[in-house]
Amino acid sequence: MGVQQYNHSSNLPVFHSSILPIFQPSNESDNAMSSYIPNTDADRAAMLAAVGVKSIDELFRVVPAAHRFPALNLPPPLSEPEALRELDRLQAMNAGLHDRCCFLGAGAYRHFIPAVVDFVISRAEFYTAYTPYQPEVSQGTLQAHFEYQSMMAALTGMEVAVVSHYDGGTALAEAVLMAAHAGREPRRQALISPTVHPQYREVARTYLEGTDVEIIGDELPHDRMLALGEMLDPDTACVVVQNPDFLGRLYTPAEMQALADRAHAVGALFIVSAYPISLGLLAPPGSYGADIAVGEGQPLGNPLSFGGPYLGYFTTRMEHVRRSPGRLVGQTADVDGKRGLVITLSTREQHIRREKATSNICSNQALNALAAAAYLAALGKNGLRRVAELCYHKAHYAAELIGKLPGYEVLPGPFFNEFAVRCPRPVAETNTALLARGIVGGYDLGADYPALAGHMLFCVTELNTREDIEALATALGEIGQ
Amino acid sequence: MAFTVQSDRKYAASHEWARPEGDLIVVGISDYAQHELGDVVYVDLPDPGEHFGQNEVFGASESVKAVADLNMPAGGEVVEINNALVDHPETVNADPYGEGWMIKIRPDNPADLDELMDADAYQQFINEL
Repeated sequence: MGVQQYNHSSNLPVFHSSILPIFQPSNESDNAMSSYIPNTDADRAAMLAAVGVKSIDELFRVVPAAHRFPALNLPPPLSEPEALRELDRLQAMNAGLHDRCCFLGAGAYRHFIPAVVDFVISRAEFYTAYTPYQPEVSQGTLQAHFEYQSMMAALTGMEVAVVSHYDGGTALAEAVLMAAHAGREPRRQALISPTVHPQYREVARTYLEGTDVEIIGDELPHDRMLALGEMLDPDTACVVVQNPDFLGRLYTPAEMQALADRAHAVGALFIVSAYPISLGLLAPPGSYGADIAVGEGQPLGNPLSFGGPYLGYFTTRMEHVRRSPGRLVGQTADVDGKRGLVITLSTREQHIRREKATSNICSNQALNALAAAAYLAALGKNGLRRVAELCYHKAHYAAELIGKLPGYEVLPGPFFNEFAVRCPRPVAETNTALLARGIVGGYDLGADYPALAGHMLFCVTELNTREDIEALATALGEIGQ
Repeated sequence: MAFTVQSDRKYAASHEWARPEGDLIVVGISDYAQHELGDVVYVDLPDPGEHFGQNEVFGASESVKAVADLNMPAGGEVVEINNALVDHPETVNADPYGEGWMIKIRPDNPADLDELMDADAYQQFINEL
């Protein structure tokens, strides 16, 4: 499990009573042996000898003296009610979405979260359970993970899903890494579409730094994604696309299948990043040739919450399961023939395969994945389709209104629930004016796509009411004059 | 604990065995190796036609809690693999010297086997581990 576990409050004393003394001058640390750190004085002496220094002081001498024990200049301690009051004051400075309407998406999406999701994930059995290495005491958590995997595989049209990755960007980076090692001979080139989320591309580049794999293709113009098909060669590990793409545009299953076929013809994998809500309505990646389908799972039952913690979903075909990164729960039978669930194929993972593992992922955003599973279970197939339809129709209504405004132009082409609009005034200025009217505007595309300077990416979900949408159009009309 | 060592074949220090069969060499892992690995759950084998040098990794055997590389006792081309291990990897535990064989190779240089241990030497070797 992710962040929640490591921040668990019972860990806090570690920081107070044992970590800090190590950084104190050594004459004090001798007396500050902690009940949390098992190193004895003899252990420490042996370690110091091994690295060739005489004391802990000497070990830290490389840190400039001024930075060794900097004055932290902290305010005096507060009582609990005082601390709460201070936190309330700070919290009130946030611009929340409960009293504003929001048309910002670009990778993080605001959807309605039924109360049952929080109810399920707040149960102590789920909230505190860590990696279920012991199946005999972890059937509940394992079943939740298994259900999550089953639903994600069904949603994406793929054959197998691992429990989860950190977020959409890391899932995509792991997919590229896996593709590079899918065959016996590693391949060195990953073709990534210019309209894959810019941050995902950055994460992938960071992951691949220091490896032989090079990312190319995203230097293509934003409207020439399908030209990736002409860049394939025998050293291409994968073709990575996003559908709907970062600009909200949809590619048809036939266009996607054609690109998949070209990738497969040179032995490369076809990787699709998809907005999971859109799959309630649109053809899933598995139906048009995807070998790996990944994406950001946050829209499924997880709040925006300042950008995290989120979860990445990762699904693939059975033929690649042994190369797939991340935790996997499987179904089996116990000695009495009863259904049982266990973490399976662990030999792929780094804690067993060590340096030969293709991924460092040994964990899972378990609570976030559970939220996604509870969300999908609560909505069901028809409910998810209904949410997707609402997003689609409301977004198209918004685009229609904005397209009629003088000075505004909606980028042509089919889209799901996001669309790019050329604005008559600079995007930052437009957004400031919208915010003053209680409206969170769209994403400024100019920084990532210089050719789209002056363009704003709007997102509409089922939570945007007709009144919200009409208020946005009215405001844009006034601002554009 | 005593492990079986068979005298009709040679052994590598990485615990593969190699048994000449006509022009070919049959390769598997020793009784000691299967015991050290524990229950084998998957054997990753190369495709026939692939070529590896002596001591190169041609595959891996996975047990419940470990993964071990499989090394070529002699350089050569893989001409046959034991497909039965795909569905029944536990055969490696049950019969490491017989039905649990892994690949057959056509050696580039049959004299590669001269560098391996004979049964007595290998027995001595594992006794000292």
